[in-house]
Amino acid sequence: MNTDTDARPYAARDPDTRARLGWTLLALVLLWPLLLLAEFRPWALFEANNLQVMGAFLAGFLPPATSTEFLGLLLKATLETLAIATAGIALALLIAIPLAILCTRALAVSLIGPGPGRLGGSALRAAGRALLTFLRAIPEIVWALMLVRVFGLGPAAGVLALAVTYGGMLGKVYTEIFESTDTRPTRSLLAAGAGRFAALTYGLLPNAAQELTSYTVYRWECAVRASVIMGFVGAGGLGQLMDQSMKMLNGGEAATILLVFLLLVVLADALSATLRRALA
Amino acid sequence: MAFELQGVGLTHGNGFRALQRISIRLGRGERAAVIGPSGAGKTSLIRLLGVATRPSEGRLNILGRNPWQLPAGELRRLRARIGTIHQAPPIPPRLRVITAILAGRLGQWPAWKALLSLLYPVDIAGAQATLARFDLADRLFDRCDRLSGGQLQRIGIARVFYQEPDLILADEPVSALDPALADAALGELVAESERRGASLFASLHAVDLALKWFPRIVGLRAGEVAFDLPTAEVSNGLLHELYAAEGSVLPTQASAPAALRHGGATAEAMAESGDGTLAANVVRLDTCRGR
Ligand SMILES: Nc1ncnc2c1ncn2[C@@H]1O[C@H](COP(=O)(O)OP(=O)(O)OP(=O)(O)O)[C@@H](O)[C@H]1O
Ligand SMILES: [Mg+2]
Repeated sequence: MNTDTDARPYAARDPDTRARLGWTLLALVLLWPLLLLAEFRPWALFEANNLQVMGAFLAGFLPPATSTEFLGLLLKATLETLAIATAGIALALLIAIPLAILCTRALAVSLIGPGPGRLGGSALRAAGRALLTFLRAIPEIVWALMLVRVFGLGPAAGVLALAVTYGGMLGKVYTEIFESTDTRPTRSLLAAGAGRFAALTYGLLPNAAQELTSYTVYRWECAVRASVIMGFVGAGGLGQLMDQSMKMLNGGEAATILLVFLLLVVLADALSATLRRALA
Repeated sequence: MAFELQGVGLTHGNGFRALQRISIRLGRGERAAVIGPSGAGKTSLIRLLGVATRPSEGRLNILGRNPWQLPAGELRRLRARIGTIHQAPPIPPRLRVITAILAGRLGQWPAWKALLSLLYPVDIAGAQATLARFDLADRLFDRCDRLSGGQLQRIGIARVFYQEPDLILADEPVSALDPALADAALGELVAESERRGASLFASLHAVDLALKWFPRIVGLRAGEVAFDLPTAEVSNGLLHELYAAEGSVLPTQASAPAALRHGGATAEAMAESGDGTLAANVVRLDTCRGR
Protein backbone atom coordinates (compact mmCIF):
# COMPACT_ATOMS: atom_id res chain seq x y z
CA MET A 1 0.00 0.00 0.00
CA ASN A 2 1.49 3.31 -1.00
CA THR A 3 1.31 6.11 1.50
CA ASP A 4 2.11 9.14 -0.60
CA THR A 5 0.51 11.82 1.52
CA ASP A 6 2.83 14.50 0.14
CA ALA A 7 1.78 16.92 -2.60
CA ARG A 8 0.84 15.29 -5.90
CA PRO A 9 3.97 14.95 -8.03
CA TYR A 10 2.15 15.98 -11.22
CA ALA A 11 -1.35 16.91 -12.24
CA ALA A 12 -2.89 13.78 -13.73
CA ARG A 13 -4.41 14.18 -17.19
CA ASP A 14 -6.93 11.83 -18.72
CA PRO A 15 -4.94 10.19 -21.55
CA ASP A 16 -8.14 9.60 -23.54
CA THR A 17 -9.09 13.28 -23.92
CA ARG A 18 -7.36 13.88 -27.24
CA ALA A 19 -8.86 10.80 -28.87
CA ARG A 20 -12.36 11.70 -27.67
CA LEU A 21 -12.06 15.24 -28.98
CA GLY A 22 -10.77 13.97 -32.31
CA TRP A 23 -13.61 11.51 -32.78
CA THR A 24 -16.21 14.15 -31.91
CA LEU A 25 -14.80 16.58 -34.49
CA LEU A 26 -14.61 13.85 -37.11
CA ALA A 27 -18.26 12.93 -36.48
CA LEU A 28 -19.33 16.56 -36.96
CA VAL A 29 -17.26 16.98 -40.13
CA LEU A 30 -18.82 13.83 -41.59
CA LEU A 31 -22.35 14.67 -40.49
CA TRP A 32 -22.53 18.08 -42.15
CA PRO A 33 -22.26 17.01 -45.83
CA LEU A 34 -24.62 14.12 -45.09
CA LEU A 35 -27.27 16.54 -43.83
CA LEU A 36 -26.81 18.67 -46.95
CA LEU A 37 -27.06 15.59 -49.13
CA ALA A 38 -30.29 14.52 -47.45
CA GLU A 39 -31.78 18.00 -48.01
CA PHE A 40 -32.31 18.39 -44.31
CA ARG A 41 -34.47 21.51 -44.03
CA PRO A 42 -36.72 21.07 -41.01
CA TRP A 43 -37.99 24.67 -41.16
CA ALA A 44 -39.94 23.76 -44.34
CA LEU A 45 -42.34 21.93 -42.02
CA PHE A 46 -43.52 25.18 -40.54
CA GLU A 47 -44.13 27.27 -43.64
CA ALA A 48 -47.76 28.39 -43.78
CA ASN A 49 -48.94 26.75 -46.99
CA ASN A 50 -47.13 23.49 -46.12
CA LEU A 51 -49.01 23.35 -42.83
CA GLN A 52 -52.25 23.87 -44.74
CA VAL A 53 -51.52 21.02 -47.18
CA MET A 54 -50.68 18.66 -44.35
CA GLY A 55 -53.78 19.69 -42.46
CA ALA A 56 -56.00 18.93 -45.47
CA PHE A 57 -54.30 15.54 -45.93
CA LEU A 58 -54.84 14.62 -42.29
CA ALA A 59 -58.44 15.88 -42.33
CA GLY A 60 -59.17 13.28 -45.02
CA PHE A 61 -58.52 10.59 -42.39
CA LEU A 62 -61.41 11.74 -40.21
CA PRO A 63 -63.64 10.32 -39.02
CA PRO A 64 -62.28 6.73 -38.86
CA ALA A 65 -64.47 4.19 -40.66
CA THR A 66 -66.63 2.13 -38.31
CA SER A 67 -69.10 0.31 -40.56
CA THR A 68 -69.76 -3.27 -39.44
CA GLU A 69 -68.88 -4.64 -42.84
CA PHE A 70 -65.51 -2.91 -42.82
CA LEU A 71 -64.82 -3.93 -39.25
CA GLY A 72 -65.45 -7.55 -40.20
CA LEU A 73 -62.95 -7.27 -43.05
CA LEU A 74 -60.56 -5.55 -40.70
CA LEU A 75 -60.75 -8.33 -38.11
CA LYS A 76 -60.03 -10.97 -40.73
CA ALA A 77 -57.13 -8.95 -42.15
CA THR A 78 -55.69 -8.40 -38.66
CA LEU A 79 -55.72 -12.11 -37.93
CA GLU A 80 -54.05 -12.79 -41.27
CA THR A 81 -51.37 -10.22 -40.55
CA LEU A 82 -50.71 -11.70 -37.12
CA ALA A 83 -50.44 -15.15 -38.67
CA ILE A 84 -48.01 -13.96 -41.36
CA ALA A 85 -45.83 -12.08 -38.89
CA THR A 86 -45.78 -14.93 -36.38
CA ALA A 87 -45.05 -17.61 -38.98
CA GLY A 88 -42.35 -15.40 -40.50
CA ILE A 89 -40.65 -14.84 -37.13
CA ALA A 90 -40.89 -18.52 -36.24
CA LEU A 91 -39.14 -19.47 -39.48
CA ALA A 92 -36.65 -16.64 -38.97
CA LEU A 93 -35.75 -18.14 -35.59
CA LEU A 94 -34.91 -21.41 -37.31
CA ILE A 95 -32.31 -19.51 -39.34
CA ALA A 96 -31.16 -17.12 -36.63
CA ILE A 97 -30.60 -19.37 -33.62
CA PRO A 98 -28.21 -21.92 -35.20
CA LEU A 99 -26.31 -19.19 -37.03
CA ALA A 100 -25.99 -17.06 -33.88
CA ILE A 101 -24.67 -20.03 -31.90
CA LEU A 102 -22.21 -20.70 -34.71
CA CYS A 103 -21.09 -17.10 -35.12
CA THR A 104 -20.79 -15.80 -31.60
CA ARG A 105 -17.31 -15.46 -30.13
CA ALA A 106 -18.77 -15.95 -26.66
CA LEU A 107 -19.19 -19.69 -27.27
CA ALA A 108 -15.96 -20.26 -29.19
CA VAL A 109 -13.85 -22.61 -27.09
CA SER A 110 -10.94 -22.25 -29.51
CA LEU A 111 -10.60 -18.60 -28.49
CA ILE A 112 -9.64 -19.63 -24.97
CA GLY A 113 -5.86 -19.66 -25.01
CA PRO A 114 -6.26 -19.51 -28.06
CA GLY A 115 -6.43 -23.26 -28.49
CA PRO A 116 -6.70 -25.82 -31.26
CA GLY A 117 -9.08 -25.21 -34.15
CA ARG A 118 -8.97 -21.41 -33.95
CA LEU A 119 -8.33 -20.99 -37.69
CA GLY A 120 -11.20 -23.27 -38.65
CA GLY A 121 -13.33 -21.63 -35.98
CA SER A 122 -12.75 -18.10 -37.17
CA ALA A 123 -13.30 -19.15 -40.81
CA LEU A 124 -16.64 -20.69 -39.85
CA ARG A 125 -17.65 -17.61 -37.89
CA ALA A 126 -16.72 -15.36 -40.81
CA ALA A 127 -18.73 -17.51 -43.21
CA GLY A 128 -21.73 -17.48 -40.88
CA ARG A 129 -21.54 -13.72 -40.52
CA ALA A 130 -21.28 -13.29 -44.29
CA LEU A 131 -24.41 -15.39 -44.72
CA LEU A 132 -26.27 -13.32 -42.12
CA THR A 133 -25.18 -10.14 -43.85
CA PHE A 134 -26.36 -11.41 -47.22
CA LEU A 135 -29.74 -12.47 -45.84
CA ARG A 136 -30.53 -9.11 -44.30
CA ALA A 137 -28.85 -6.86 -46.86
CA ILE A 138 -31.55 -7.52 -49.44
CA PRO A 139 -34.82 -5.79 -48.50
CA GLU A 140 -37.76 -8.07 -47.78
CA ILE A 141 -39.74 -6.60 -50.67
CA VAL A 142 -37.09 -7.84 -53.13
CA TRP A 143 -37.15 -11.32 -51.59
CA ALA A 144 -40.95 -11.20 -51.78
CA LEU A 145 -41.00 -10.20 -55.46
CA MET A 146 -38.55 -12.98 -56.22
CA LEU A 147 -40.31 -15.62 -54.16
CA VAL A 148 -43.71 -14.73 -55.57
CA ARG A 149 -42.47 -16.08 -58.89
CA VAL A 150 -41.90 -19.43 -57.21
CA PHE A 151 -44.90 -19.68 -54.90
CA GLY A 152 -47.37 -17.50 -56.77
CA LEU A 153 -49.49 -14.76 -55.25
CA GLY A 154 -50.37 -15.42 -51.61
CA PRO A 155 -49.02 -15.39 -48.09
CA ALA A 156 -46.33 -18.07 -48.65
CA ALA A 157 -44.00 -15.70 -50.52
CA GLY A 158 -44.51 -13.02 -47.87
CA VAL A 159 -43.86 -15.35 -44.97
CA LEU A 160 -40.67 -16.66 -46.55
CA ALA A 161 -39.44 -13.18 -47.43
CA LEU A 162 -39.93 -12.15 -43.80
CA ALA A 163 -38.21 -15.31 -42.59
CA VAL A 164 -35.12 -14.70 -44.72
CA THR A 165 -34.50 -11.03 -43.89
CA TYR A 166 -35.57 -11.27 -40.28
CA GLY A 167 -33.49 -14.42 -39.87
CA GLY A 168 -30.48 -12.37 -40.94
CA MET A 169 -31.31 -9.50 -38.58
CA LEU A 170 -32.13 -11.66 -35.56
CA GLY A 171 -29.03 -13.80 -36.12
CA LYS A 172 -26.75 -10.79 -36.22
CA VAL A 173 -28.21 -9.17 -33.13
CA TYR A 174 -28.36 -12.45 -31.15
CA THR A 175 -24.68 -12.98 -31.95
CA GLU A 176 -23.86 -9.58 -30.54
CA ILE A 177 -26.15 -9.86 -27.51
CA PHE A 178 -24.34 -13.10 -26.61
CA GLU A 179 -21.03 -11.26 -26.80
CA SER A 180 -22.10 -8.20 -24.84
CA THR A 181 -23.54 -9.97 -21.79
CA ASP A 182 -21.21 -11.14 -19.02
CA THR A 183 -19.20 -13.91 -20.68
CA ARG A 184 -17.28 -14.99 -17.60
CA PRO A 185 -19.74 -17.75 -16.68
CA THR A 186 -19.60 -19.15 -20.21
CA ARG A 187 -15.81 -18.95 -20.35
CA SER A 188 -15.43 -20.71 -17.05
CA LEU A 189 -17.79 -23.49 -18.15
CA LEU A 190 -15.95 -23.92 -21.46
CA ALA A 191 -12.65 -23.91 -19.59
CA ALA A 192 -14.02 -26.73 -17.43
CA GLY A 193 -14.74 -28.87 -20.47
CA ALA A 194 -18.41 -28.05 -21.05
CA GLY A 195 -19.77 -28.22 -24.59
CA ARG A 196 -21.22 -25.39 -26.63
CA PHE A 197 -24.89 -26.08 -25.85
CA ALA A 198 -24.23 -26.63 -22.18
CA ALA A 199 -22.25 -23.40 -21.95
CA LEU A 200 -25.03 -21.60 -23.81
CA THR A 201 -27.84 -22.84 -21.61
CA TYR A 202 -26.07 -22.73 -18.24
CA GLY A 203 -23.86 -19.71 -18.73
CA LEU A 204 -25.21 -17.38 -21.37
CA LEU A 205 -29.01 -17.66 -21.58
CA PRO A 206 -29.66 -16.94 -17.87
CA ASN A 207 -28.07 -13.53 -18.41
CA ALA A 208 -29.15 -12.85 -21.98
CA ALA A 209 -32.70 -14.21 -22.04
CA GLN A 210 -34.38 -10.91 -21.22
CA GLU A 211 -32.59 -8.96 -23.88
CA LEU A 212 -33.09 -11.69 -26.47
CA THR A 213 -36.80 -11.72 -25.71
CA SER A 214 -37.29 -8.01 -25.96
CA TYR A 215 -35.43 -7.86 -29.26
CA THR A 216 -37.41 -10.79 -30.64
CA VAL A 217 -40.75 -9.28 -29.66
CA TYR A 218 -39.66 -5.95 -31.14
CA ARG A 219 -38.84 -7.72 -34.40
CA TRP A 220 -42.24 -9.40 -34.35
CA GLU A 221 -43.75 -5.94 -34.03
CA CYS A 222 -41.68 -4.81 -37.02
CA ALA A 223 -42.89 -7.85 -38.93
CA VAL A 224 -46.48 -6.81 -38.29
CA ARG A 225 -45.73 -3.40 -39.81
CA ALA A 226 -43.69 -4.92 -42.61
CA SER A 227 -46.72 -6.95 -43.61
CA VAL A 228 -47.93 -3.75 -45.29
CA ILE A 229 -45.56 -4.59 -48.10
CA MET A 230 -47.14 -8.01 -48.31
CA GLY A 231 -50.05 -6.23 -49.95
CA PHE A 232 -47.89 -5.95 -53.05
CA VAL A 233 -47.59 -9.71 -53.36
CA GLY A 234 -51.24 -10.33 -52.57
CA ALA A 235 -50.51 -11.89 -49.22
CA GLY A 236 -53.68 -10.43 -47.75
CA GLY A 237 -53.75 -9.02 -44.29
CA LEU A 238 -53.78 -5.40 -43.21
CA GLY A 239 -51.32 -4.48 -45.95
CA GLN A 240 -53.68 -5.41 -48.72
CA LEU A 241 -56.62 -3.74 -47.01
CA MET A 242 -54.54 -0.59 -46.56
CA ASP A 243 -53.53 -0.69 -50.20
CA GLN A 244 -57.17 -0.87 -51.30
CA SER A 245 -58.32 1.91 -48.98
CA MET A 246 -55.54 4.21 -50.13
CA LYS A 247 -56.26 3.53 -53.78
CA MET A 248 -59.92 4.36 -53.25
CA LEU A 249 -58.83 7.50 -51.36
CA ASN A 250 -60.84 6.27 -48.36
CA GLY A 251 -59.05 8.11 -45.56
CA GLY A 252 -61.48 6.95 -42.87
CA GLU A 253 -60.67 3.30 -43.50
CA ALA A 254 -56.95 4.04 -43.57
CA ALA A 255 -57.32 5.80 -40.20
CA THR A 256 -59.02 2.76 -38.66
CA ILE A 257 -56.27 0.52 -40.01
CA LEU A 258 -53.63 2.80 -38.52
CA LEU A 259 -55.45 2.59 -35.18
CA VAL A 260 -55.22 -1.18 -35.40
CA PHE A 261 -51.47 -0.90 -36.00
CA LEU A 262 -51.23 1.29 -32.93
CA LEU A 263 -53.14 -1.29 -30.94
CA LEU A 264 -50.86 -4.10 -32.12
CA VAL A 265 -47.76 -2.14 -31.14
CA VAL A 266 -49.22 -1.54 -27.69
CA LEU A 267 -49.97 -5.27 -27.52
CA ALA A 268 -46.39 -6.16 -28.46
CA ASP A 269 -45.14 -3.81 -25.79
CA ALA A 270 -47.30 -5.46 -23.15
CA LEU A 271 -46.19 -8.91 -24.31
CA SER A 272 -42.56 -7.88 -24.12
CA ALA A 273 -42.98 -6.44 -20.65
CA THR A 274 -44.76 -9.58 -19.42
CA LEU A 275 -42.11 -11.90 -20.82
CA ARG A 276 -39.29 -9.80 -19.42
CA ARG A 277 -40.92 -9.86 -16.01
CA ALA A 278 -41.30 -13.61 -16.22
CA LEU A 279 -37.62 -13.99 -17.09
CA ALA A 280 -36.32 -11.47 -14.57
CA MET B 1 2.21 -35.72 -11.09
CA ALA B 2 -0.50 -33.09 -11.01
CA PHE B 3 1.39 -30.41 -12.90
CA GLU B 4 4.85 -29.27 -13.76
CA LEU B 5 5.91 -25.82 -14.95
CA GLN B 6 9.37 -25.20 -16.32
CA GLY B 7 10.52 -21.66 -16.96
CA VAL B 8 6.99 -20.53 -17.68
CA GLY B 9 6.28 -16.87 -18.43
CA LEU B 10 3.12 -14.98 -19.28
CA THR B 11 2.96 -11.65 -21.07
CA HIS B 12 -0.43 -9.98 -21.33
CA GLY B 13 -1.76 -8.40 -24.49
CA ASN B 14 -0.68 -4.93 -23.37
CA GLY B 15 2.93 -6.13 -22.98
CA PHE B 16 2.75 -6.49 -19.20
CA ARG B 17 4.82 -9.39 -17.93
CA ALA B 18 2.59 -10.96 -15.28
CA LEU B 19 4.72 -14.09 -14.75
CA GLN B 20 8.28 -15.05 -15.53
CA ARG B 21 10.65 -17.95 -14.92
CA ILE B 22 8.06 -19.96 -13.00
CA SER B 23 9.12 -23.52 -12.25
CA ILE B 24 6.82 -25.44 -9.92
CA ARG B 25 6.00 -29.11 -9.67
CA LEU B 26 3.07 -30.53 -7.74
CA GLY B 27 2.82 -34.26 -7.13
CA ARG B 28 -0.42 -36.22 -7.43
CA GLY B 29 -2.49 -35.77 -4.28
CA GLU B 30 -0.14 -33.05 -3.04
CA ARG B 31 -1.37 -29.78 -1.54
CA ALA B 32 0.31 -26.40 -1.84
CA ALA B 33 -0.71 -22.80 -1.30
CA VAL B 34 0.53 -19.81 -3.23
CA ILE B 35 0.71 -16.50 -1.41
CA GLY B 36 1.92 -13.08 -2.42
CA PRO B 37 0.93 -9.42 -2.50
CA SER B 38 -1.90 -8.13 -4.67
CA GLY B 39 -0.87 -8.09 -8.33
CA ALA B 40 1.85 -10.68 -7.79
CA GLY B 41 0.34 -12.94 -10.43
CA LYS B 42 -1.59 -15.49 -8.37
CA THR B 43 -4.68 -15.37 -10.55
CA SER B 44 -2.56 -15.42 -13.70
CA LEU B 45 -0.80 -18.55 -12.44
CA ILE B 46 -4.07 -20.28 -11.58
CA ARG B 47 -5.42 -19.44 -15.06
CA LEU B 48 -2.34 -20.95 -16.66
CA LEU B 49 -2.78 -24.14 -14.65
CA GLY B 50 -6.50 -24.24 -15.42
CA VAL B 51 -5.71 -24.23 -19.16
CA ALA B 52 -7.57 -20.94 -19.52
CA THR B 53 -4.52 -18.95 -20.69
CA ARG B 54 -1.67 -20.05 -22.87
CA PRO B 55 1.83 -19.33 -21.51
CA SER B 56 4.03 -17.04 -23.58
CA GLU B 57 7.05 -19.23 -22.96
CA GLY B 58 8.22 -22.25 -21.02
CA ARG B 59 7.01 -25.81 -20.69
CA LEU B 60 3.73 -26.75 -19.12
CA ASN B 61 2.48 -30.19 -18.20
CA ILE B 62 -0.92 -30.67 -16.60
CA LEU B 63 -2.04 -34.13 -15.38
CA GLY B 64 0.57 -35.71 -17.59
CA ARG B 65 -0.41 -33.90 -20.79
CA ASN B 66 0.87 -30.87 -22.63
CA PRO B 67 -2.51 -29.12 -22.95
CA TRP B 68 -1.70 -26.75 -25.81
CA GLN B 69 -0.58 -29.54 -28.07
CA LEU B 70 -3.73 -31.63 -27.64
CA PRO B 71 -6.46 -31.85 -30.27
CA ALA B 72 -9.74 -30.19 -29.31
CA GLY B 73 -11.50 -33.33 -28.06
CA GLU B 74 -8.68 -34.41 -25.75
CA LEU B 75 -8.16 -30.87 -24.50
CA ARG B 76 -11.81 -30.82 -23.51
CA ARG B 77 -11.48 -34.10 -21.61
CA LEU B 78 -8.39 -32.76 -19.85
CA ARG B 79 -10.21 -29.58 -18.87
CA ALA B 80 -13.07 -31.61 -17.42
CA ARG B 81 -10.52 -33.12 -14.98
CA ILE B 82 -9.45 -29.72 -13.67
CA GLY B 83 -11.73 -27.84 -11.29
CA THR B 84 -11.14 -24.13 -10.81
CA ILE B 85 -12.65 -22.17 -7.94
CA HIS B 86 -12.58 -18.57 -9.16
CA GLN B 87 -11.78 -15.46 -7.16
CA ALA B 88 -15.29 -14.15 -7.97
CA PRO B 89 -17.70 -17.05 -8.56
CA PRO B 90 -18.68 -16.89 -12.27
CA ILE B 91 -22.30 -17.86 -11.69
CA PRO B 92 -25.14 -16.06 -13.51
CA PRO B 93 -27.28 -14.42 -10.80
CA ARG B 94 -30.53 -15.82 -12.21
CA LEU B 95 -29.35 -19.41 -11.98
CA ARG B 96 -30.75 -21.54 -9.19
CA VAL B 97 -28.30 -22.98 -6.69
CA ILE B 98 -28.99 -26.53 -7.80
CA THR B 99 -28.30 -25.68 -11.45
CA ALA B 100 -25.12 -23.85 -10.48
CA ILE B 101 -23.86 -26.92 -8.67
CA LEU B 102 -24.89 -29.48 -11.27
CA ALA B 103 -23.05 -27.33 -13.83
CA GLY B 104 -19.89 -28.79 -12.31
CA ARG B 105 -20.42 -31.99 -14.29
CA LEU B 106 -21.12 -30.35 -17.66
CA GLY B 107 -17.68 -31.43 -18.83
CA GLN B 108 -18.66 -35.06 -18.28
CA TRP B 109 -22.29 -35.07 -19.27
CA PRO B 110 -23.46 -35.44 -22.86
CA ALA B 111 -25.42 -32.47 -24.22
CA TRP B 112 -28.80 -34.19 -23.90
CA LYS B 113 -28.27 -34.81 -20.21
CA ALA B 114 -27.25 -31.19 -19.63
CA LEU B 115 -30.41 -29.97 -21.39
CA LEU B 116 -32.62 -32.51 -19.63
CA SER B 117 -31.26 -31.35 -16.29
CA LEU B 118 -32.54 -27.86 -16.99
CA LEU B 119 -36.08 -29.26 -17.25
CA TYR B 120 -35.74 -31.43 -14.17
CA PRO B 121 -32.50 -31.60 -12.15
CA VAL B 122 -31.00 -35.05 -12.75
CA ASP B 123 -29.12 -35.38 -9.46
CA ILE B 124 -30.90 -33.56 -6.65
CA ALA B 125 -29.49 -35.89 -4.00
CA GLY B 126 -25.91 -35.42 -5.14
CA ALA B 127 -26.17 -31.66 -5.20
CA GLN B 128 -27.82 -31.64 -1.80
CA ALA B 129 -25.13 -33.82 -0.27
CA THR B 130 -22.43 -31.52 -1.61
CA LEU B 131 -24.22 -28.44 -0.37
CA ALA B 132 -24.74 -29.94 3.08
CA ARG B 133 -20.98 -29.83 3.62
CA PHE B 134 -21.22 -26.04 3.54
CA ASP B 135 -24.34 -25.77 5.71
CA LEU B 136 -26.35 -24.54 2.75
CA ALA B 137 -28.54 -27.57 2.00
CA ASP B 138 -31.71 -25.56 2.65
CA ARG B 139 -30.85 -23.10 -0.15
CA LEU B 140 -30.85 -25.77 -2.87
CA PHE B 141 -33.72 -24.29 -4.88
CA ASP B 142 -33.02 -20.64 -4.20
CA ARG B 143 -31.76 -18.34 -6.89
CA CYS B 144 -28.13 -17.35 -6.67
CA ASP B 145 -28.94 -13.64 -6.57
CA ARG B 146 -30.73 -14.22 -3.26
CA LEU B 147 -27.49 -15.40 -1.65
CA SER B 148 -24.91 -13.36 0.19
CA GLY B 149 -21.42 -12.94 -1.24
CA GLY B 150 -20.01 -15.49 1.16
CA GLN B 151 -22.76 -17.98 0.43
CA LEU B 152 -22.20 -17.58 -3.30
CA GLN B 153 -18.50 -18.18 -2.84
CA ARG B 154 -19.29 -21.44 -1.08
CA ILE B 155 -21.59 -22.41 -3.97
CA GLY B 156 -18.58 -21.89 -6.24
CA ILE B 157 -16.58 -24.33 -4.11
CA ALA B 158 -19.47 -26.80 -3.99
CA ARG B 159 -19.67 -26.78 -7.80
CA VAL B 160 -16.05 -27.88 -8.03
CA PHE B 161 -16.59 -30.56 -5.39
CA TYR B 162 -19.49 -31.87 -7.44
CA GLN B 163 -17.24 -31.91 -10.51
CA GLU B 164 -14.85 -34.30 -8.70
CA PRO B 165 -11.75 -33.15 -10.58
CA ASP B 166 -8.30 -34.71 -10.27
CA LEU B 167 -6.71 -31.30 -9.85
CA ILE B 168 -8.43 -28.63 -7.74
CA LEU B 169 -7.27 -25.06 -8.36
CA ALA B 170 -8.58 -22.44 -5.99
CA ASP B 171 -8.09 -18.72 -6.46
CA GLU B 172 -8.63 -17.05 -3.09
CA PRO B 173 -11.52 -19.43 -2.38
CA VAL B 174 -12.41 -17.95 1.01
CA SER B 175 -11.82 -14.24 0.43
CA ALA B 176 -15.47 -13.36 1.11
CA LEU B 177 -15.90 -15.52 4.21
CA ASP B 178 -15.58 -14.52 7.84
CA PRO B 179 -12.66 -16.07 9.77
CA ALA B 180 -14.61 -19.00 11.22
CA LEU B 181 -16.28 -19.90 7.91
CA ALA B 182 -13.05 -19.40 5.97
CA ASP B 183 -11.34 -21.85 8.25
CA ALA B 184 -14.15 -24.38 7.93
CA ALA B 185 -14.29 -24.03 4.13
CA LEU B 186 -10.56 -24.55 3.77
CA GLY B 187 -10.86 -27.56 6.05
CA GLU B 188 -13.51 -28.99 3.68
CA LEU B 189 -11.28 -28.27 0.71
CA VAL B 190 -8.37 -30.13 2.27
CA ALA B 191 -10.62 -32.98 3.38
CA GLU B 192 -12.04 -33.32 -0.12
CA SER B 193 -8.56 -33.45 -1.59
CA GLU B 194 -7.57 -36.10 0.95
CA ARG B 195 -10.69 -38.16 0.46
CA ARG B 196 -10.36 -38.45 -3.31
CA GLY B 197 -6.59 -38.14 -3.61
CA ALA B 198 -7.03 -35.00 -5.69
CA SER B 199 -4.20 -32.50 -5.87
CA LEU B 200 -4.94 -29.06 -4.46
CA PHE B 201 -3.28 -25.80 -5.42
CA ALA B 202 -4.78 -22.71 -3.81
CA SER B 203 -3.90 -19.04 -3.76
CA LEU B 204 -4.68 -17.33 -0.49
CA HIS B 205 -4.33 -13.80 0.72
CA ALA B 206 -4.47 -14.83 4.37
CA VAL B 207 -1.00 -15.97 5.34
CA ASP B 208 -2.13 -17.62 8.58
CA LEU B 209 -4.64 -19.82 6.73
CA ALA B 210 -2.03 -20.89 4.22
CA LEU B 211 0.38 -21.82 6.99
CA LYS B 212 -2.29 -23.66 8.94
CA TRP B 213 -3.77 -25.81 6.17
CA PHE B 214 -1.01 -26.43 3.66
CA PRO B 215 2.18 -28.45 4.00
CA ARG B 216 3.90 -26.43 1.28
CA ILE B 217 3.95 -22.72 0.49
CA VAL B 218 4.90 -20.99 -2.73
CA GLY B 219 5.67 -17.29 -2.34
CA LEU B 220 5.00 -15.24 -5.45
CA ARG B 221 6.22 -11.68 -5.86
CA ALA B 222 6.13 -9.50 -8.99
CA GLY B 223 5.48 -12.52 -11.18
CA GLU B 224 8.36 -14.60 -9.88
CA VAL B 225 8.64 -17.41 -7.36
CA ALA B 226 10.26 -15.88 -4.28
CA PHE B 227 10.33 -19.15 -2.35
CA ASP B 228 8.86 -22.63 -2.56
CA LEU B 229 9.26 -24.40 0.76
CA PRO B 230 7.68 -26.85 3.18
CA THR B 231 5.60 -24.83 5.63
CA ALA B 232 7.91 -25.57 8.55
CA GLU B 233 10.76 -23.84 6.74
CA VAL B 234 8.86 -20.67 5.92
CA SER B 235 10.40 -18.11 8.24
CA ASN B 236 8.86 -14.88 9.37
CA GLY B 237 11.65 -13.03 7.60
CA LEU B 238 10.70 -14.59 4.25
CA LEU B 239 7.08 -13.59 4.73
CA HIS B 240 8.00 -10.01 5.55
CA GLU B 241 10.19 -9.78 2.54
CA LEU B 242 7.38 -11.16 0.39
CA TYR B 243 4.91 -8.54 1.58
CA ALA B 244 7.45 -5.71 1.91
CA ALA B 245 5.61 -3.65 -0.72
CA GLU B 246 2.40 -3.74 1.30
CA GLY B 247 3.96 -2.28 4.42
CA SER B 248 5.05 -3.80 7.68
CA VAL B 249 1.97 -5.94 8.30
CA LEU B 250 1.19 -9.44 7.10
CA PRO B 251 -2.28 -9.99 5.66
CA THR B 252 -4.20 -12.49 7.73
CA GLN B 253 -7.66 -13.97 7.45
CA ALA B 254 -9.33 -11.41 9.71
CA SER B 255 -9.86 -8.10 7.98
CA ALA B 256 -7.71 -6.19 10.47
CA PRO B 257 -4.15 -7.19 9.71
CA ALA B 258 -1.93 -8.30 12.54
CA ALA B 259 0.33 -5.57 13.85
CA LEU B 260 3.68 -6.84 12.79
CA ARG B 261 5.93 -5.30 15.36
CA HIS B 262 3.88 -6.78 18.15
CA GLY B 263 2.81 -10.08 16.60
CA GLY B 264 6.04 -10.60 14.74
CA ALA B 265 8.01 -10.34 17.91
CA THR B 266 5.77 -12.90 19.57
CA ALA B 267 6.08 -15.23 16.62
CA GLU B 268 9.83 -14.86 16.50
CA ALA B 269 10.13 -15.46 20.21
CA MET B 270 8.22 -18.70 19.78
CA ALA B 271 10.24 -19.71 16.77
CA GLU B 272 13.37 -19.14 18.81
CA SER B 273 12.05 -21.22 21.64
CA GLY B 274 11.77 -23.89 18.97
CA ASP B 275 8.34 -25.17 19.92
CA GLY B 276 6.95 -26.41 16.63
CA THR B 277 6.16 -24.82 13.30
CA LEU B 278 5.47 -21.28 12.39
CA ALA B 279 1.90 -22.31 11.62
CA ALA B 280 1.29 -22.76 15.31
CA ASN B 281 2.96 -19.42 15.95
CA VAL B 282 0.82 -17.53 13.56
CA VAL B 283 -2.34 -19.03 14.91
CA ARG B 284 -1.28 -17.93 18.34
CA LEU B 285 -0.31 -14.58 16.91
CA ASP B 286 -3.91 -14.34 15.88
CA THR B 287 -5.25 -15.06 19.33
CA CYS B 288 -2.80 -12.58 20.87
CA ARG B 289 -4.24 -9.86 18.75
CA GLY B 290 -7.62 -10.09 20.47
CA ARG B 291 -6.30 -8.66 23.74
N1 LIG C 1 -5.75 -9.07 -18.96
C1 LIG C 1 -4.70 -8.38 -18.44
N2 LIG C 1 -4.04 -7.49 -19.19
C2 LIG C 1 -2.99 -6.82 -18.69
N3 LIG C 1 -2.51 -6.97 -17.45
C3 LIG C 1 -3.12 -7.85 -16.64
C4 LIG C 1 -4.26 -8.60 -17.10
N4 LIG C 1 -4.66 -9.40 -16.09
C5 LIG C 1 -3.83 -9.15 -15.07
N5 LIG C 1 -2.90 -8.22 -15.38
C6 LIG C 1 -1.82 -7.72 -14.52
O1 LIG C 1 -1.02 -8.82 -14.16
C7 LIG C 1 -0.61 -8.70 -12.82
C8 LIG C 1 -0.97 -9.95 -12.06
O2 LIG C 1 -2.36 -10.02 -11.97
P1 LIG C 1 -3.10 -11.16 -11.14
O3 LIG C 1 -4.55 -11.00 -11.34
O4 LIG C 1 -2.50 -12.47 -11.49
O5 LIG C 1 -2.68 -10.75 -9.65
P2 LIG C 1 -3.09 -11.45 -8.28
O6 LIG C 1 -1.83 -11.92 -7.64
O7 LIG C 1 -4.14 -12.47 -8.49
O8 LIG C 1 -3.63 -10.22 -7.45
P3 LIG C 1 -4.85 -10.17 -6.38
O9 LIG C 1 -4.32 -10.71 -5.10
O10 LIG C 1 -5.13 -8.71 -6.26
O11 LIG C 1 -5.99 -10.95 -6.93
C9 LIG C 1 -1.28 -7.44 -12.26
O12 LIG C 1 -0.34 -6.42 -12.22
C10 LIG C 1 -2.35 -7.12 -13.25
O13 LIG C 1 -2.52 -5.73 -13.38
MG1 LIG D 1 -6.17 -12.59 -8.03
